[in-house]
Amino acid sequence: MAFAAVFLPRAARSASPDRRLALAGAAFAAPAALLLLTILLAPLVVLLLLSLTDYRLGAVAVRWVGLANYAEMFSDPVFRRAIRNTFLYVAFVLPAGVFGALAVAALVHARTRTRSVYEVIYFLPVTSTLVAMATVWQFLLHPTLGPVTPLLASLGFGRLDLLNDPDLALVTLAVIGVWQMLGFNMVLFLAGLSAIPRDLYEAAALDGAAGAIDRFLRVTWPMLGPTTMFVTITTTISAFKVFDTVVVLTRGGPLGATDTLLYVLYLEGFHYFRTGYAAAMTVIVLAFLCALSLLQARLIERRVHYA
Amino acid sequence: MRWRALLAWALSHLMLATGAVLMLAPFVWMLLTSIRPAEEVFGAVFNPIPSRFAGVENYAQALFASNVPRAMVNGAVVCLGILAVQLATALPAAYALARLPFPGRGMLFGLVLFGLTIPIQVPALPLYLALAETGLLDTFFALMFPFFLTVFGLFLFRQFFRTYPEEILQAARLDGMGEFEIVWRLAVPAALPAIGAFSVFSVVAHWNDLYWPLIVVTSTERATPPLGILAFRDAETGGNYGALMAGATLITAPLVVAFLVARRGFVRGLTMTGLK
Repeated sequence: MAFAAVFLPRAARSASPDRRLALAGAAFAAPAALLLLTILLAPLVVLLLLSLTDYRLGAVAVRWVGLANYAEMFSDPVFRRAIRNTFLYVAFVLPAGVFGALAVAALVHARTRTRSVYEVIYFLPVTSTLVAMATVWQFLLHPTLGPVTPLLASLGFGRLDLLNDPDLALVTLAVIGVWQMLGFNMVLFLAGLSAIPRDLYEAAALDGAAGAIDRFLRVTWPMLGPTTMFVTITTTISAFKVFDTVVVLTRGGPLGATDTLLYVLYLEGFHYFRTGYAAAMTVIVLAFLCALSLLQARLIERRVHYA
Repeated sequence: MRWRALLAWALSHLMLATGAVLMLAPFVWMLLTSIRPAEEVFGAVFNPIPSRFAGVENYAQALFASNVPRAMVNGAVVCLGILAVQLATALPAAYALARLPFPGRGMLFGLVLFGLTIPIQVPALPLYLALAETGLLDTFFALMFPFFLTVFGLFLFRQFFRTYPEEILQAARLDGMGEFEIVWRLAVPAALPAIGAFSVFSVVAHWNDLYWPLIVVTSTERATPPLGILAFRDAETGGNYGALMAGATLITAPLVVAFLVARRGFVRGLTMTGLK
């Protein structure tokens, strides 16, 4: 029926036009709806159920354990450390990634001839494969083979092994995280800056706003409000999901200093195969991400509608 | 006043250039090491410029003695396979969501919005169990399957199709065009800019993805680019950094070159999403 309506317009003329359109719509939406069901909804239900069991991959017997997985998680020092590390990581990345990008964008925006050169350079890390670049970073930061340690030593920091120092490893990953996302945020801020009408600055000048800082505080900053909000949320989400650099550079070490939520989740679910426990952990991660993404989705919707 | 302007100009360039050097440093280091002879990597004397050009041997090792080329071919297969299914399913569905009144449309769109908030890590566990159960782990299908669904694509294309002029649709229907023809001959060609931007987003995301391939791939035959470089690194521990950097260069090159060639399209594709 639906096929007739879609492929044979003339034969379907006898049906009412509305019905014909409805059939075509249902037929077009069906494959995507089926994917939505099998890839998103069904797994979500299974996940919630799994989180209430003690299932381990390959186990013959499964028991309902109620909320025991959740209880165990919050008394598990590894999980608590992972939460703490993840939030610390976000706290490092967020200010540098947002305000650094804003500063770069403001400077780049004011350039005319060299603007596109700077744009390309700052955006380059965004397009590169992070895992490959992380192996480069590992080499750069290598205490005996890389150039960073002697460079820092000559500046009086002593000989640091940044990735193997429990106090510095997480910050080092955060620096790499900022390096990777700065250009992305810069482009978003540049778009925001280009959307500010010129005459606002002229009006501000008439009102007595002198100097770049005054102009920035009176016009640029307030006008960039929505962009800043959006950048802050996307940066938080992507920092929250830090995973690649942990896998490549530290594997959670040294001494668990870089155990992050997704890394611990990956280990529990796909290395130790404690499926039920990992499912409960996923639910908690989902709760964090959903809260953030809901905010973000609302902002995207607004951007797309009124762009 | 002129002095102040000159000072501001110099200061701004100084800051931007310093930042630019830091951004570029890993790329420069990667390229320099990829042409550096092995003995010099471990040399006591630190010399940024290689004493002799060893690019041939390093790149030869990355190309012929490592899994990097195969990982790149796999990466291309996976990215194109994902993109093809994404476009084939999302474009007609998005058109239906935007322009065709069918029962359940509101609910489907609600689910799409809900799906926007859910990252791959959430369905990963059940999908892994299903793939393990059906013996499909470590296949191209396993690598691609979770990404056949693109709620973001559905959302983006729907927004786009909503702006398509209703008069053209009506005229096409009067001319006897079926909805199938309308989608693929009228609406999709008009959406090419959005499709281009979405394709950039999709390919970049899946070329670079580590989480899912790390979970479902165990053999070197199915390694994607990130897995290829990781395996190469682990095999090269204490070995030839020059060849490893050559491998990293090869894996990074396709996207970076594409970015340099089609800059505007690339930036648009990656930033319209904010969903990195």
